[in-house]
Amino acid sequence: MPAKPQRRRDTKQGLYDPRNEHDACGVGFVADIKGRRSQRIVRNALEILLNLEHRGASGCEANSGDGAGIMIQTPHEFLLTECLRLGLQLPAFGQYAAGMLFLPTAEGPRKACEAILEKIIVEEGQELIGWRDVPTNDSLIGPTARDSKPIVRQVFIRCNEDLKDDAAFERKLYVIRRRATREIKRSNIDQSAAFYVSSLSYKTLVYKGMLTARQLPEFYPDLMADTLTSALAIVHSRFSTNTFPSWARAHPYRYLAHNGEINTLRGNVSWMRAREGKFASSLFGADLQKVLPVIDSDTSDSGMFDNALEMFLLAGRSLPHALMMMVPEPWTGDPFMSAEKRAFYEYHSLLTEPWDGPASIVFTDGFVVGALLDRNGLRPARYYITSDDLVVMASEVGVLDVPADQITAKGSLKPGNIFLVDTNKDRIIGDDELKHTLATEHPYQDWLDANMVTLDHLPEPPYVHETNYETIVQRQRAFGYTYEDLKLLIEPMASTGNEAVGSMGTDTPLAVLSERPQLLYNYFKQLFAQVTNPPVDAIREQLVMSADTCIGPEANILEPSPECARQIRLPSPILTNEELEKLRLLGDSESIWGKAGFKSLTIPTIFQVAQRGKGLKQAIDSVCEQSSAAIAAGYDLIILSDRDISAEMAPIPALLAVAAVHHHLIREGTRTQVGLIVESGEPREVHHFCLLLGYGAAAINPYLVFETLHDSVVKGLFSAVEMPAALQNYVSAINKGIIKVISKMGISTTQGYCGAQIFEAIGLHQDTIDKYFTWTPSRVGGANLDVIAKEVRRRHAVAFSDGSEEQTLDSGGHYQYRRDGEPHMFDSRVIHKLQAACRTGNYRTFKEYSELVNSQSRNLFTLRGLMEFRSIRAPVPIEEVEPVAAIVRRFKTGAMSYGSISKEAHESLAIAMNRIGGKSNTGEGGEDPERYFGDANGDSRNSAIKQVASGRFGVTSHYLVNARELQIKMAQGAKPGEGGQLPGEKVYPWIATVRYSTPGVGLISPPPHHDIYSIEDLAQLVYDLKNANPEARISVKLVAEAGVGTIAAGVAKARADVVLISGYDGGTGASPLTSIKHAGAPWELGLAETHQTLLLNDLRSRITIETDGQLKTGRDVVIAALLGAEEFGFATAPLVTLGCIMMRACHLNTCPVGVATQDPKLRAKFNGDPANVVNFMTFVAEEVRELMAQLGFRNLNEMVGHSECLQARKINHWKAHDIDLSQILFQPNLPETVGQYCQVTQDHAFENTLDCTRLLDICRPALRAGEPVSATLPIRNFHRAVGTTLGSEITRQYGPAGLPHDTIQLCFEGSAGQSFGAFIPKGITLRLEGDANDYLGKGLSGGKIIVVPPRNSTFTPRENVIIGNVALYGATSGEAYINGIAGARFCVRNSGANVVVEAVGDHGCEYMTGGRVIVLGQVGRNFAAGMSGGIAYLVDEAKQSQQFCNLEMVSLTPLEDQQEVEFVKDAIFRHAEYTGSTRATEVLLAWDQFVASIVRVMPNDYRRVLEEAVLAAGFHG
Amino acid sequence: MNTDLVKRRLPVLRAAGERVHDWNEFHTHLAESTLREQSGRCMDCGIPFCHTGELFDGAASGCPLNNLIPDWNDLVFRGNWKAALELLHKTNNFPEFTGRVCPAPCEGSCVLGIAGEPVTIKTIECAIVDRGFAEGWIVPRPVRRRTGKKVAVVGSGPAGLACAAELNKTGHYVTVFERADRIGGLLMYGIPNMKLDKAIVQRRVDLLAAEGIDFITNTEVGRGYPTDRLLYEFDAVVLCAGATRPRDLSIENRNLPGIHFATDFLHANTKSLLDDSHANGNYISAKNKDVIVIGGGDTGTDCVATALRHGCRSLVQLEILPLPPIARAVDNPWPQWPRIHRFDYGHEEAMALSGKDPRSYSVMTKRFIGDKRLEGVETIDVVWKKESGRASSLSEAPGTKRVWPAQLVLLAMGFLGAEREGLISQLGLTVNERGLVPVDENKMTNIPGVFAAGDIERGQSLVVWAIADGRKAAVSVHNYLKNAHDGSLENSGLTALTRHKQN
Repeated sequence: MPAKPQRRRDTKQGLYDPRNEHDACGVGFVADIKGRRSQRIVRNALEILLNLEHRGASGCEANSGDGAGIMIQTPHEFLLTECLRLGLQLPAFGQYAAGMLFLPTAEGPRKACEAILEKIIVEEGQELIGWRDVPTNDSLIGPTARDSKPIVRQVFIRCNEDLKDDAAFERKLYVIRRRATREIKRSNIDQSAAFYVSSLSYKTLVYKGMLTARQLPEFYPDLMADTLTSALAIVHSRFSTNTFPSWARAHPYRYLAHNGEINTLRGNVSWMRAREGKFASSLFGADLQKVLPVIDSDTSDSGMFDNALEMFLLAGRSLPHALMMMVPEPWTGDPFMSAEKRAFYEYHSLLTEPWDGPASIVFTDGFVVGALLDRNGLRPARYYITSDDLVVMASEVGVLDVPADQITAKGSLKPGNIFLVDTNKDRIIGDDELKHTLATEHPYQDWLDANMVTLDHLPEPPYVHETNYETIVQRQRAFGYTYEDLKLLIEPMASTGNEAVGSMGTDTPLAVLSERPQLLYNYFKQLFAQVTNPPVDAIREQLVMSADTCIGPEANILEPSPECARQIRLPSPILTNEELEKLRLLGDSESIWGKAGFKSLTIPTIFQVAQRGKGLKQAIDSVCEQSSAAIAAGYDLIILSDRDISAEMAPIPALLAVAAVHHHLIREGTRTQVGLIVESGEPREVHHFCLLLGYGAAAINPYLVFETLHDSVVKGLFSAVEMPAALQNYVSAINKGIIKVISKMGISTTQGYCGAQIFEAIGLHQDTIDKYFTWTPSRVGGANLDVIAKEVRRRHAVAFSDGSEEQTLDSGGHYQYRRDGEPHMFDSRVIHKLQAACRTGNYRTFKEYSELVNSQSRNLFTLRGLMEFRSIRAPVPIEEVEPVAAIVRRFKTGAMSYGSISKEAHESLAIAMNRIGGKSNTGEGGEDPERYFGDANGDSRNSAIKQVASGRFGVTSHYLVNARELQIKMAQGAKPGEGGQLPGEKVYPWIATVRYSTPGVGLISPPPHHDIYSIEDLAQLVYDLKNANPEARISVKLVAEAGVGTIAAGVAKARADVVLISGYDGGTGASPLTSIKHAGAPWELGLAETHQTLLLNDLRSRITIETDGQLKTGRDVVIAALLGAEEFGFATAPLVTLGCIMMRACHLNTCPVGVATQDPKLRAKFNGDPANVVNFMTFVAEEVRELMAQLGFRNLNEMVGHSECLQARKINHWKAHDIDLSQILFQPNLPETVGQYCQVTQDHAFENTLDCTRLLDICRPALRAGEPVSATLPIRNFHRAVGTTLGSEITRQYGPAGLPHDTIQLCFEGSAGQSFGAFIPKGITLRLEGDANDYLGKGLSGGKIIVVPPRNSTFTPRENVIIGNVALYGATSGEAYINGIAGARFCVRNSGANVVVEAVGDHGCEYMTGGRVIVLGQVGRNFAAGMSGGIAYLVDEAKQSQQFCNLEMVSLTPLEDQQEVEFVKDAIFRHAEYTGSTRATEVLLAWDQFVASIVRVMPNDYRRVLEEAVLAAGFHG
Repeated sequence: MNTDLVKRRLPVLRAAGERVHDWNEFHTHLAESTLREQSGRCMDCGIPFCHTGELFDGAASGCPLNNLIPDWNDLVFRGNWKAALELLHKTNNFPEFTGRVCPAPCEGSCVLGIAGEPVTIKTIECAIVDRGFAEGWIVPRPVRRRTGKKVAVVGSGPAGLACAAELNKTGHYVTVFERADRIGGLLMYGIPNMKLDKAIVQRRVDLLAAEGIDFITNTEVGRGYPTDRLLYEFDAVVLCAGATRPRDLSIENRNLPGIHFATDFLHANTKSLLDDSHANGNYISAKNKDVIVIGGGDTGTDCVATALRHGCRSLVQLEILPLPPIARAVDNPWPQWPRIHRFDYGHEEAMALSGKDPRSYSVMTKRFIGDKRLEGVETIDVVWKKESGRASSLSEAPGTKRVWPAQLVLLAMGFLGAEREGLISQLGLTVNERGLVPVDENKMTNIPGVFAAGDIERGQSLVVWAIADGRKAAVSVHNYLKNAHDGSLENSGLTALTRHKQN
């Protein structure tokens, strides 16, 4: 019998896990520098919140917000008055604390909670003053919020006079809060989960809740009281990826509000927990034990960050000090950093790994208030300072209406910087001063010099293991080496120093379903960043990355001491044999190594292979015990070594060994007292090393791969490289690979990655996970230790069998099919049948094909292969099932760019899909506009779906208006979290044309969309695109991984119309082999999680779910529908019908069948026909119909989500018999009103835009007849994407040519919202007097944008920030003139706009491929990184550009060519004319002098190609 | 490697006009640089169809032995011949045979062949192994430990030899029985010396003997050597006796002297050649005769070449099927075995001598002419009609009767399965409608412990299939011996082969 629908949905169920929740948001603060309290500050803060409302979100109900809150100084006067009314007498400010509490609604439980708190107050020696009911008004909040609303009460506690100082009181309050929270949570009080302390401090008070920004002051009338004053206020508006009732998760927390995401969270929490064993604090004394563990496991990442910060603070560090420690600047690669600051950071890096991830944090301890930006600076933080000492800091400008003439400075926080207002000192403390003060507090460098050891310090070891050529093949076999490992993985790394690239995804079985023994690594999939936290470009933005790590015992982190520096620093986590021996000798007390002060111990990680699983378990237990004993004996380093394998002893999988010890020691509380080193023959590919690091190894010595390199060179297996280059290249490739993997998660340092466990297991038993890989998601169960032991035993037997003379390795066949290797779903038979069926249109042959694919025995490849249909409904006659024509409309072909596949293949797909009413996809390479018009024979080559990817190639207004669906690609199955690169030789002229680039010049797609660093940014891009083409559906493409469901919920709330969940295995693009195999999850998991999570949120009915990833047959489609999908994508199979034979050489341009090549000779071999694809789609749909009839469904919508029609098949497989599909097949128990498929149109609310309400009307004459129009209007920050819809109308009317320049001239006064002027075409000129937020001129398509400060402003434009980050991202043509400083990432991926700006922040002109950018002043760091086209001109009197430019791809040359000089002068002249720039005037007046200082930033490739073109044309320029 | 720049190149055979006067091999090798260049044409496909060995439409697509072609191509390209040899031997016991006589289904399914010319896989294979012998890399590797189990292999053709070799490697004692005087079966007496030098066959046999295999010749199991004894003396038996019953042509005057089965003709020729270079005259000579070879397959071609070397007066090869197309037909797409018109060594030699292709297509033999002694052959042309699907039917074309003079006719029309007398009947084996011994998926016959491999269960086929079957049977025999007795065999060397069978 079904249980009654649950109210509480915030617990783990099915595939939904609340741990995956993300949030991002708008943050801000207002402060009076002089510390003057007023109600105005509070009101200003609330106004900011209101104006940031579009950055927050609401869920299925518009009036249930995700959370909003405010933190203020304790409003003493107000509380005094209020308490008097209640008969409570508050002592003087500082003598008491006010607590803000959420309590159970039922009286009994509430009183019980209160009683516990009161008891603890007394026990802790303080005195309860009394309680106050906080008035709340819930008439306006939504039902979800109301149903979960707690009782809000304030508690007042008098400070015991014995306490020495204020800080001691805060510590006591902390103890009370921790104790009470824990005791109540553990009690059996009903609703005890509702108990939550928002704040308990004598200094600050937090009002927050599950509210929208607007509702906050309405809900808490206190906030509007005249007597409620504060000199500072922090506000936060939350955009959560889902809306499960959570009042507690609203910000601010006790010290901060956070916009961002902590990517390394799992590791940080583990390490924090581990460090607690060494905690000691003279300030806390015995109280310390009462507050451990420090981290609340059920709070959000920001909450956990706050927990840790609070601990450091109360134990004696200042707030800025603790923040510098937790969120350090990139110090390893910054040549400008002062010595003492570097020492500070280096010292603290020995104490703690960074809490890494995008972070814009505003914080306060009640007296100082400030903001901090992480090293990547991916969140906006803009501030104004006024003449009356007000500081306004927020995610956007214009959030508070400050008269222009009162603003004395406008700025934006730079990456890694802290901005601090000290209301005690009445002033702002700059980043330099603040950090200098902190860095010189202790002699950090001396401490380092005295204690820290580097490998170079240690003498050479007398003995190093050499290659044993005799036994190498045997050992390779024992560790499962294959020929493919040597040829495809190891050799390319040894020869080139880079990991090899492959293509066409993966179609081998999941490790747990493979018949063959698999390495344990293969059971783990890498997680990666999508939407809520951006990946980092580890190559182009190398300055933030660091491979350094340190190893050794940690001391007490709470109190800084020289001993904390007693660590060994390693430049890379890969240890050579020499380096390992140095460390091993540290255990030798007799020798000179022994005197280094460290002791190391080698523990063998081998087991009696004959004892099978039992032996393995015993061996692991023993290794753990030996580790504990080693710690007790004072060892600092443990080397886990499998060197001693023999005929009897097999290796414990290295990953299992290290993870087991890591978690054992964490549980034991001793983990930080030793460093773990792995010495193993097993690891050889990037993924292996990542896992070892991710589960706790600090360093790895892969001895067998080193021997293999030697051996292969000796045997002549490597043709292109010798020793020692092979070894150096290999280590370098692995290091690069690790950096790449961690950057995919948005993590910047190896140290932060260590122990962070950013993986999902697929096919491991929960018991195994809990014991050895604690906290790792593993959602289908699977193999246990017995199976793992059996896999080891198989390999071992092959190596150590007596009679074997075998001197060769297995083929492998993971990447390239080998008959004796892993099976592939696409093998020669499947391809032959599919091609034969679709060429001849023979459905019978197709059935043979699908039978091959589906055949139960062969199909132990995928999770869906483990399912079978349950006929629980009456079958329907097939005639009653909706026709093929209706079904194929739901079919799509995959996003493959024109550039990755040939024109012939690309157009065949488009024609085919248009013939059947399905949708083809442009991919990210743009599209030739001639395809927008129909062909003479009635076909259309226009792709219905136009993709918008991070490179924004060819994304113009014209491109956008010609789409039926616009797809934002957040990630792709083949390489989630990564960008791409099209090498110059593949940029043929016809490719360059549609991508708006230069033939022969390489193109880079950045890993992140530079306008999507968080969920609210995605909402903004959805909004922009919707404005750019209101008729198109907006789709967001995600890749399956644990947690994708919650991201999809965020996508639904961001008002996308479609969310696509791609499987990890699909994907046709070129990608590093590691990513093809090991990143992401199968779509079955991602899709089911998405469907379930959206249902739980009641968001399912608002959004269409699409899925793709190796879909091949009607069975695949039906299973996808039953798991929740309504639309279906196919990529590989249609390509096969067009001739693809899975060459997997797409990245080489050598495709022998003309599908994935641009080479005209090979393209001539293309033998496909759109009819093949039509046949395929029709056949699949026919199969779908047959299955629908059998299952009893008449149409597809009816079938969506009916997972009860599926069940797990009984299988007899030595590994997979314990697989449990119940979480995938789970159906949440929900009211019938919750829609199961998309039925509701998203409310994009763009009819409220400035364009729709005003601009279209004003511009009617221009739209109608091209007549000139001009107007002036006010503008505010909540007016977003201004001009975009207008632009789309112009494009629809006038095509790509637009209107004559300046036909429409609109002037705006005020602060413009995000995406001002996005995608505007030629003919529109927008002039902004004021300032603008992020994404100004995004995708500029020919229009003109002018930004100037307000006429009555007093500040100097060239010194103040006037526009936000990521302006002109992906601009294709047009002009912009900015009289002020632009934020970070200016003109990223510009491919044609000509721009003049006064100065720019970091990462300017990154990935630029065309256009001209003139910067009249300073540029930030990493200018021109990855820039492959266009030219930037820097007016550089100070001769600093050399330092600020990333010179990897560009050269700096003087401006000499006369034509070019004229061009630059002209542009600056226009800048002066349009904006009145005094800087421009200054430059023009002394032109001859300035022209010599202009530096030309010219991409090397671009210059080469241009020069060749000039030569080819036969004249010299 | 740009396949447009490097064209496919095959070794030039010895000149037809010259070689037809001796019995030496016609093969030559390409220069090493050319071989490396040719191997570089290999595109290292994601799915190397060349090595898959699937049956499509009844013919092999790709190598039935699953030779690791892209891998050794790559090694040859790099000049690492020794490593290439190791990989080649990993899947193929006798590359020196297949490298000479295999029709190379691998090349038929090479991806380059979709729109161009395939890689010269067979040539490279042959070069690898020949180099291995020349360099002295191929030496006997005697087995260190014996399991104590005894296996009999009946028949020493490619299936029997491969099976024996594999079983021997795992440590079982292997005895091979051969009824002829020399070991090798069809390799020895079926294929003429110019195509496969018998010294090459003997070289391999000697190697196997040196590794511990016991070869017994002139002993026919089921005739001189009773099968009971066999079953008593051995723990397992593998029958690799081939499908040696030739198809006959039951037409008028079949019993005239001068009409012979091709196998008899070829066997006697080679034996006499090997015994004393034809001095004893114990062979069917074609000298100064008008020879007609009936049957257009490889055996027919071998008869053509042999007859030419005898010095026949004239030569005609008749084929009932129509002339195959020059390029693939629509119903024969890549990667299927290409059914196209080919020009083999014998035809080249006939051309060199007589200036014309000896083959006539769509010709049906109606009767032999002669009295006491063969004088000629009467034929009629046939017309093939394609009916629905693939089934075709033929009809005689009126007025196309022809008479060909002939003193020697060689029947090379294929085989009808295994010989039933002796071995099969004594053992009491089931025989199916194709005259073959049916086996289960482990190549075991209806009698436990008795396995069959090669043509005897598959029907007449390629050497490469025979080797593949022999290897497969070896795996099964090993598993059988392991399971049927005790676990002591568990760790012997066949694990690599058995991987895909476990669980």
